[in-house]
Amino acid sequence: MKKMKKKYAMVIDTKVCVGCGACVVACKTENEVPEGLHRDWIVEEITGSYPHLFMEVRSERCNHCSDAPCVSACPTGASHYREDTENLVLVTPGKCTGCKACMAACPYDARFTVPEGYASKCTFCEHRLDQGLDPACMSVCPAHAIFFGDLNNPESTVSLLLKKRQYRVLMPEVGTEPNVYYLT
Amino acid sequence: MAGKINRREFIKIAGAGMGGLAVSAGAGKVIYDYVRENGKPDSITRTPTYCEMCTYQCAGWAYTKNGVPWKLVGNELDEHCYGRLCTKGSAGFGVYDDPDRLKTPLIRTEVRGQQAFREATWDEALDYIAKKMKIIAEKHGPESVALFSHGSGGKWFKTLLKAYGTNSFAAPSYANCRGPREEGYIITYGEPIDTPERTDMKNSKCVVLLGSHIGENTHSQQVNEFTSAIAAGATVIVADPRFSIAAGKARYWLPIKPGTDLALLLAWINVIIEENLYDADYVARYTKGFDELKKAVKNNTPEWAYPITTIKPDIIRETAREMAKNAPATILHPGRHNVWYGDDTQRVRAGAILNALLGSWGRKGGFFFPEKAHLPEFPVPAFPKPKKTFKDTHIGGQFGLANLAISDGVCDATIHSVRDNHGSFYEAWFIYGSNLLKALPNPEKTIKALKDLELVVVVDILPTEITGWADVVLPDTTYLERYDDIRTSQGRTPQIALRSPVFEPRYNSKPAWWIAKNLADKMGLGAYFPWKDVEEYLDFKLKKAGSSLEEMKKVGVKNFERETPLYISKGENYRFPTDSGKIELYSNTMADYGHDPVPQFTSHDEPESGYFRLLYGRSPSHSFARTINNPILSQLDRENEVWINTAVAREWGIKAGQYVRLVNQDGVESNRVRAKVTERIRPDCVYMVHGFGSTQKQLKKAYNRGADDQSLMTRVKVDPIMGGQAMHGNFVTFRVG
Amino acid sequence: MKEITITTQKMASAHAQGWQIWGWEIPVYLFLGGLTAGIIVVASWMILKNRGKEYPVATNKIMVLAPVLISLGMGALFLDLSHKLYVWRFYMTFQVTSVMSWGSWILVLVYPVTILLVLATFREGFPSVYEWVEERIKQIRGGRFLPWFKAIVDFAETRKNIFAKAGIPIGIGLGIYTGILLSAFAARPIWNSAILGPLFLVSGMSTGVALIALLSRDDERHYFARMDMGLIVLEMFILFLFFVGQLTSGKAQQEAISLLLGGSIMTPVFWIFVFTLGLFLPLVFEWLEMKGRDIPAVLPPVMVLFGGLMLRFVLVKVCCLWRDMSIDQLLR
Repeated sequence: MKKMKKKYAMVIDTKVCVGCGACVVACKTENEVPEGLHRDWIVEEITGSYPHLFMEVRSERCNHCSDAPCVSACPTGASHYREDTENLVLVTPGKCTGCKACMAACPYDARFTVPEGYASKCTFCEHRLDQGLDPACMSVCPAHAIFFGDLNNPESTVSLLLKKRQYRVLMPEVGTEPNVYYLT
Repeated sequence: MAGKINRREFIKIAGAGMGGLAVSAGAGKVIYDYVRENGKPDSITRTPTYCEMCTYQCAGWAYTKNGVPWKLVGNELDEHCYGRLCTKGSAGFGVYDDPDRLKTPLIRTEVRGQQAFREATWDEALDYIAKKMKIIAEKHGPESVALFSHGSGGKWFKTLLKAYGTNSFAAPSYANCRGPREEGYIITYGEPIDTPERTDMKNSKCVVLLGSHIGENTHSQQVNEFTSAIAAGATVIVADPRFSIAAGKARYWLPIKPGTDLALLLAWINVIIEENLYDADYVARYTKGFDELKKAVKNNTPEWAYPITTIKPDIIRETAREMAKNAPATILHPGRHNVWYGDDTQRVRAGAILNALLGSWGRKGGFFFPEKAHLPEFPVPAFPKPKKTFKDTHIGGQFGLANLAISDGVCDATIHSVRDNHGSFYEAWFIYGSNLLKALPNPEKTIKALKDLELVVVVDILPTEITGWADVVLPDTTYLERYDDIRTSQGRTPQIALRSPVFEPRYNSKPAWWIAKNLADKMGLGAYFPWKDVEEYLDFKLKKAGSSLEEMKKVGVKNFERETPLYISKGENYRFPTDSGKIELYSNTMADYGHDPVPQFTSHDEPESGYFRLLYGRSPSHSFARTINNPILSQLDRENEVWINTAVAREWGIKAGQYVRLVNQDGVESNRVRAKVTERIRPDCVYMVHGFGSTQKQLKKAYNRGADDQSLMTRVKVDPIMGGQAMHGNFVTFRVG
Repeated sequence: MKEITITTQKMASAHAQGWQIWGWEIPVYLFLGGLTAGIIVVASWMILKNRGKEYPVATNKIMVLAPVLISLGMGALFLDLSHKLYVWRFYMTFQVTSVMSWGSWILVLVYPVTILLVLATFREGFPSVYEWVEERIKQIRGGRFLPWFKAIVDFAETRKNIFAKAGIPIGIGLGIYTGILLSAFAARPIWNSAILGPLFLVSGMSTGVALIALLSRDDERHYFARMDMGLIVLEMFILFLFFVGQLTSGKAQQEAISLLLGGSIMTPVFWIFVFTLGLFLPLVFEWLEMKGRDIPAVLPPVMVLFGGLMLRFVLVKVCCLWRDMSIDQLLR
């Protein structure tokens, strides 16, 4: 039987995320992200008017969409899905020409070009996954707000969380099938 | 037509030439990249340390990759952080890499404050200090030297100065931060809260925060336990004029009028007593003064509190009942920075009393009893007994209940014009790791004191405002370049943590222990630093505790067994460390000193029309002024903003993102600051993150960024009980355009 | 009231850097691509209709500019790349889902087609040049290459119509793809309109025809000037549909198009440089000239060309501007 591909997903609990930004710094140092650039960031969304206010805080990054417009827009195949996964979007720097079509295509503005010239973004810490470790943002979060795993495994933490709790994704209407889920 | 050929041919040739060049260059780069990626594997090291980005000292591992800084990760064994460092802790290498660091000892060449220095060798600098100290001891007595200290390295200077003959040690974090909290709880329970806080929040079913903005304040353990409680379904009640992150997690956000928290607390106490919601068994067994308390708060009803606090009576009742429902797993958090209005010890004490009524002190979900690991001191000769102490100064004498020297008092006891009337006596200051001109309000007063001193020694890492006023500037290493004393902080588990160097000291900086030891040698006090080097010192202490330096280098953190229970057991005959052995709901000590034995509400100054109360707080990316220049953290949070209510902004014509200036009640004007127009704050106040607006050109990333709230704090109210300097009594108006 | 804040700290790089991902290089490339497409289509059509006598510029001369203009365009494209040393990667693969990949290969195809068409027409179009070249080749190595040269030209000339038949779809493809390139970015208002393909094609044709009109005389000039009038009217109509389309789409589109309707500096840029100078005035001038008024012949075509460049510039930049402005709001 052919081994099923992994569907990597991140589940973020907005109930406990405090927007501290430890995930931003941990990612920055772990992945040596160049100055002024960030692979993940914090958004605070407030609704209502004083004093009846509601706030959702969340950490955002590349959503590793199942139907990623950056992968389809890339003219050289630099932006691609890793072979053993359905949706882990990676960039091969040696194939990237710096045309920035992927940056234009991404509805989440998750990509940027590094000083060397090629496109870059969150990789779900692919290098750590291979060692059996969690992504750096998940490992550092003092609020334990970030979870990660394989949605094609019904017993994984992320699968169970999505069964148990209400959740949403960002901009579902653009149809990219993002795989970062926010528990509300 | 000939012209056209040439053009065409030229383009074709040029194109071919460029193409050829591109191909060969491209080939070259590709080969280079390939070789680089598939070359040797990275060499990675990991060193145990504990963090110094704030005072929490979370233990962690510092990783280097191929000899350069890589990342900082928490130590799983550590209860300060449960293996997860915060935003600042993760950015620790930033300060190691900061190009603006102090690099070499400096000696002043002109009048103090002109920032004119010459570079000196360590010998020169330490000799200079030793000579001056000798003269001061002879002329004025060693008691005339005071130390301001913040951070782990201060310990070595305390030893040095104690050996010299003084014990005037001030920490700005006392009278300018958590002092009222410690005194308020000492008066009530006989013990302070201390750090890390002894809050059992991860087991709480109800968490009540008064202004504490956990989440923006990122003490890792606190964030961890707060969010654990939330994840487990705890009710969160937040009273804060601003819709903080914590308020965003709360079931009840009480947008309380600033300055009225004590009224709210008294109303809660009133409800819990009147509706018999208190833990009767606990109160009977462990407290004294209940009847006096009940009488004292008889009129502090929710209806009384409503017009004062603007919180509706039914909300006050509902939240009080919610607290009682979940007791004893209900915690009214004691907070941390508590110097707000001048009656702060009483306000915190009211919270302590409320906790006692709920029975949460010493109970699960409330406050646990912490323990510390005990490490013996390295044997040194007995310290001389100072003939004068801080208590002999004017301010020190005023605040008998203060347990530490008050920074402002030291200033007063230094300024000639002030002290000559009072017989106070400081002639020299050692300042370790504390930018006094940003930590203390009323910088002009600090400057007056600095001008009158005979010797000012500053030991620091970055060239901050205070280093400009030194006679001698000594560059400390960052925490990543040195050993420090073993961490023996309090917690559920007695733990020790090791700080060991990841790198050699950079530039010509030296670790604090080395500075103190060498200075001691030059001052003839070498006997108090008898160990050869700090490794000998540490190994000695660790071996006595059943460990060793070698072991600690491998594990970073070691746990010991508790000797006493974590909580009070049911029916236990527990004796509290107060005079009476019981929790003092009514305090005779306070009465003896002439203060209210049960807290009473007094109203505070209100802003005039057109003015707004200035509130301040933390950003999760920064530890106030310390980290503004950090190369990593300054990428996250570059400048502060002033939060203005939407309706107010509309009235003033202030648009989101516009730069405005703030002018306070005494006419002091801030520099430009961005306006954050938001619904998240009451219309009668404004809010800023403290620490920005640096005036130091040498701090290239911090210089002139954002606005300094501190210069606007010209009105300081002094807490009559412990001298705390309350800073929430300043009001600002806007200068637009 | 909904307040979305990207906290001033910890912002996405796109927000930190500003979203000006493409500068002047891409609009210049799009303009030159469209212009080349117009030239190829019109010239190929003229070849097929054998109009060499009446319309010598269009049929036999203008094609020479095609490889030049497209090379300049590709040069601009190359300058835009941020990882230039890897430009050859475009040509190591074909990604069927990527419009940019389609474009890379179309651009490659443009060269052989236009060069063959140049070879097929330049003896008729530039007879003296042809003779000069023939002379030079005769003198190399005693004329060894002359038969080769003649054979190539002969080969091209006899198959002229085949190449022209290939030129039409290639030209149309080139013209439309520049528009589809933008419209494939479904996440971006202004760009994600399917009408950009036809718009850029018509605009490309219009600029190609304008260039022909600029370089020709008398009857040929009048003919193509008239053709341009028709194309301008068509272009204005398509632009109208474009505006209607954005205004009747979602919120993002409405916000973005409002930047061209009074909401930003782009409004006067569009209405003055693109609409008035680039479309309306040339139309008026051509009409006046048709009625017998004396208008400097150079003026309308140059204005059309300028307008074509500005159209591309505005459409690329207004989307970047919208993105920057909406992010700016979030950073408050």
